[in-house]
Amino acid sequence: MAAELHVELVAADRSVWSGEATLVVARTTSGDIGVMPGHQPLLGVLESGPVTIRTSDGDTVVAAVHGGFISFADNKLSLLAEIAELSDEIDVQRAERAFERAKSEADASAERRADVRLRSVAAR
Amino acid sequence: MGAQLRVYKRRIKSVTATKKITKAMEMIAASRVVKAQRKVAASTPYATELTRAVTAVGTGSNTKHPLTTEPETSTRAAVLLLTSDRGLAGAFNANAIKAAEQLTARLEAAGKEVDVYVVGRRGVGHYNFRERKVAKQWTGFTDQPEYADAKAVAGPLIEAIETETAEGGVDELHIVYTEFVSMMTQTAVDGRLLPLSLEEVAEESTAKDEILPLFDFEPSAEDVLDALLPRYVESRIYNALLQSAASKHAATRRAMKSATDNAGDLINNLSRLANAARQAEITQEISEIVGGTAALSDATAGSDK
Repeated sequence: MAAELHVELVAADRSVWSGEATLVVARTTSGDIGVMPGHQPLLGVLESGPVTIRTSDGDTVVAAVHGGFISFADNKLSLLAEIAELSDEIDVQRAERAFERAKSEADASAERRADVRLRSVAAR
Repeated sequence: MGAQLRVYKRRIKSVTATKKITKAMEMIAASRVVKAQRKVAASTPYATELTRAVTAVGTGSNTKHPLTTEPETSTRAAVLLLTSDRGLAGAFNANAIKAAEQLTARLEAAGKEVDVYVVGRRGVGHYNFRERKVAKQWTGFTDQPEYADAKAVAGPLIEAIETETAEGGVDELHIVYTEFVSMMTQTAVDGRLLPLSLEEVAEESTAKDEILPLFDFEPSAEDVLDALLPRYVESRIYNALLQSAASKHAATRRAMKSATDNAGDLINNLSRLANAARQAEITQEISEIVGGTAALSDATAGSDK
């Protein structure tokens, strides 16, 4: 059995996902970063973007994360985000509507949020 | 029915109606306490992880940041007071306001100028009624605060602390809120939020003699701290808002419980008085009848002669 790391994905008001994983890919401000078991202790700032978690039983969990932090130490990885949603929870039609609306209103942050949601669903 | 008795009956009816209302409010508050407590619990993982991260940066690097460095002379301070929008919560708001007043007096005695920021209609009302200046106020979300509300509150405060003192900024940020100790105990507490003393935070989070590893910062320790500290302040304010909400509901529950109990006592007393009045009425009627018959029989006995 491959080595595992424990992942906690928490939003400000709830715990979104937790479990064992073999690989976590997230986007920090300086680029995408992949964390595997035994990585050196790391603390980084996350960009809005999809986070991909390869669980130990081979599944892939994708979550849309809007800003936040990644911290890894002692084989425990924490992803902190003000808002985090699993791709299964995202309502695609609503996100698409929000994307169109944000585009027409030139609301950059709303557009980015909707875009991240859609990309997370696409990566599923 | 006698006049006296009718008055008692009317009062019993109105107190019974009041009791029903307070009982309902008590039960609503009780269910909201549980909900609020659950929210506090749900926000804990984020807060703990964030505290760990702040400690890691603070102890693992020698970064200086305006939010962590103690100014040599601090001349202006901000006080954030958390109250509720609604009353009927016993001494809940009074206690929080009193704690804020004491803190303000203490800071002013130390020669600092104090800016007051208030959350909750009750606190705003208190300051407005006394025509005292409130730097900024927020209302409308104290019963069920969301993270976005905490962000809205934290924004201007962080901005104020990042501004130079000469330009109207502040050096310190204090927060006064009601800590939820248990269903029966809630205490108004004040604490300094900023500048953050990393040692204190470290003490809080590493109670288990945990040795923090040497982190690799991405992109750099300064940038991480820059992004981390505002989030930390937001999460502390969010936690304080949630605790304050839970405390408010618990205080309401207690106040309404004693109101219900009082109403019960009042009903008991009034029904005793009403019974006594009814009995007195009956006694009077009997003695009137007896007196009447006696007078009548006396009259007939007299006519017999």
